[in-house]
Amino acid sequence: MTDIAIRVEGLSKQYKIGVAKARHDTVRDTIVDYGGRLAKWWRHPDSHPQNDDPSHIWALKDVSFEVKRGQVMGIIGRNGAGKSTLLKILSRITEPTSGKAELHGRVGSLLEVGTGFDRELTGRENVYLNGAILGMRKAEIDRKFKDIVEFAQVEKFIDTPVKRYSSGMYVRLAFAVAAHLEPEILIVDEVLAVGDAEFQRKCLSKMGSITQEGRTILFVSHSMSAVLRLCSHAILLHGGQLVYQAPSAAVVDRYLSSGSESGSERIWTEQDRVAIHGPFIPIAVRVRDATGEQAEVVKTVCPFSIEIEYELIDTVRDLSLQIKLYSIQGEHLFTTSERDEALNYDRFMVKNPGRYISRCRVPANLLNRGIFVVEISAAIPNVHWLFRDHSAVRFSVDDAGGAGSQWAGDRGGFFRPALHWDVLVS
Amino acid sequence: METIADVEVTTTQAGPICRIEPSKGWAALKLGELWHYRELLYFLAWRDIQVRYKQTAIGVGWVVVQPLATMAIFTLIFGWLAKMPSDGLPYSIFSFTGLLPWNYFSQAFTRSGASLVANASLISKVYFPRLIVPLSAVVVPLIDFGVTFLALTGMMLWFSIAPTWQWLVLPLFLSFAAISALAVGLWLAALNVRYRDVAHTIPFLVQFWMFASPVAYPASLVPEKWRFLYGLNPMVGVIEGFRWCLLGTGTLDRGGLAVSAVTVLALLWGGIIFFKRMEKTFADVV
Repeated sequence: MTDIAIRVEGLSKQYKIGVAKARHDTVRDTIVDYGGRLAKWWRHPDSHPQNDDPSHIWALKDVSFEVKRGQVMGIIGRNGAGKSTLLKILSRITEPTSGKAELHGRVGSLLEVGTGFDRELTGRENVYLNGAILGMRKAEIDRKFKDIVEFAQVEKFIDTPVKRYSSGMYVRLAFAVAAHLEPEILIVDEVLAVGDAEFQRKCLSKMGSITQEGRTILFVSHSMSAVLRLCSHAILLHGGQLVYQAPSAAVVDRYLSSGSESGSERIWTEQDRVAIHGPFIPIAVRVRDATGEQAEVVKTVCPFSIEIEYELIDTVRDLSLQIKLYSIQGEHLFTTSERDEALNYDRFMVKNPGRYISRCRVPANLLNRGIFVVEISAAIPNVHWLFRDHSAVRFSVDDAGGAGSQWAGDRGGFFRPALHWDVLVS
Repeated sequence: METIADVEVTTTQAGPICRIEPSKGWAALKLGELWHYRELLYFLAWRDIQVRYKQTAIGVGWVVVQPLATMAIFTLIFGWLAKMPSDGLPYSIFSFTGLLPWNYFSQAFTRSGASLVANASLISKVYFPRLIVPLSAVVVPLIDFGVTFLALTGMMLWFSIAPTWQWLVLPLFLSFAAISALAVGLWLAALNVRYRDVAHTIPFLVQFWMFASPVAYPASLVPEKWRFLYGLNPMVGVIEGFRWCLLGTGTLDRGGLAVSAVTVLALLWGGIIFFKRMEKTFADVV
């Protein structure tokens, strides 16, 4: 019996860009395309269309690694780094273009919470359906049914159609089914990004207990604290390639410090956008100082702004565009949304197609000296994510002249507010 | 040893090993794996049945209303106005007996043709043998068939047509309709993933195909010299077979049935190969 659970060798996956962009080909396009290729072949019969063709991109290129039995391996990287593609190949949803992988043991994969849930069906019916979809036997679901319902805390509503559930209940039930899968190898993609904090903790501890039973887990997450807590080792993907493999603390460090390409601006190129389907297309995220110039370093004592430039290719109702600010260590400092203000909330309930720039003004005397990471996300609340980048851009704050700078030494903490003290002398 | 899609699963002491590699050439059918996933087939079919008539007032009554309404229209136009011959039977029961297998067939291939796209979220997130999806779509309308069949027996009582031993052959014709629907459905489903044009052509196909089948008229109306070509349509044999079984009209055209059977098997074989070949890219394209 080997102690290797997953062995991946030279795994590569090539996508045709056209496939992702014009997803609903028509017969006419194909005829035109084949006609074009035939003509090309007629002129240059030796040319090989596959390699170096700009219409093809490598979503994953020559990735090799091993995971030991019982190990929890984190996979981190930016959007478009190839994480999802890797998981999809290992879950057998899509085929690699070249290379191979071996998985020793029964595989369960969880790329989404509640895959196949039907809104019209009751909770009970969905448990069975979803269980079957995830590969459980009916007898197995019968046996675990009580535990699942208990874990999800939806006993009272189990015979109600899930369309009447609150989003929290829905997610809890969906996760509960998945959490009761008993594979030897579990492949998990960012499913913990949903649900309330308490439930997330519960899921994490459930996953923790899974590993104690000697199961191997492959875990993609943007939450560095979850990776640090759960994973002993991690791999870092960048541009489809494996760039670093080490104990998770080292990989998280490397990821956070290598973070964004340029401190003040992140631009999504044509290539980056290939992986993004749907109505929200990011264009850029920038940090601007008080004078409106792009800046890598802003001052505590001056206001600055973070702007998101994006395009909607479709009308979107109830878009929630958010910025989450993190410390470089991964602590979540605050969340702010484009439609937090009542006026914007109503005005942008429905957003028409077009290009937008949303600029968030951060007041002076808020942040302390340090490096901060901006996460941006676009979602339709309680429905689905449109886009998310957990480390869109980074900037640092210079605290010169900030509150209390007459005192020597570092203040610590993330905030540097200038607060008023009332001093009563008696 | 059990084989799974483009992946080989061997059971050794260390438990199952699953190898993932790009598949080359024609992937094998792997019936064993299909059997392994039979419960999923059941649950998908069950879901479709559950969901279909939720929040409708007359529920499963719709299953009977549709063919009865079509029968009424046919009886009015073809039976009464056009005086269409109906093998010496009341036109209403003649056309209803044709509609019974026809409705099953058209629903089955329409549903399976649309099935992969309808289940896109499943296909892009979970692994299972993709054949399950069009297969379950062929199973679901069997419920409608059963209900409509009950209505037909009621009509037969009304017209005092007694059942004969030929009823026993009926399952054979029903399976033939199911296999034909699957054969067509596989092609349409796989094509529809890449070319959404297919979804738009299906309604025409249904309409065209119905008039190319002896639903509203008896097959005996077709001139002898066209019979071979006509027999290539598997539904000719099925519908005539249904009438022969249930109403005792006509004779079984064994030659014609053999031609249909060969057509269907060729279509099914090609459909499976085509489906398996396209299967690799479903999740990337759908």
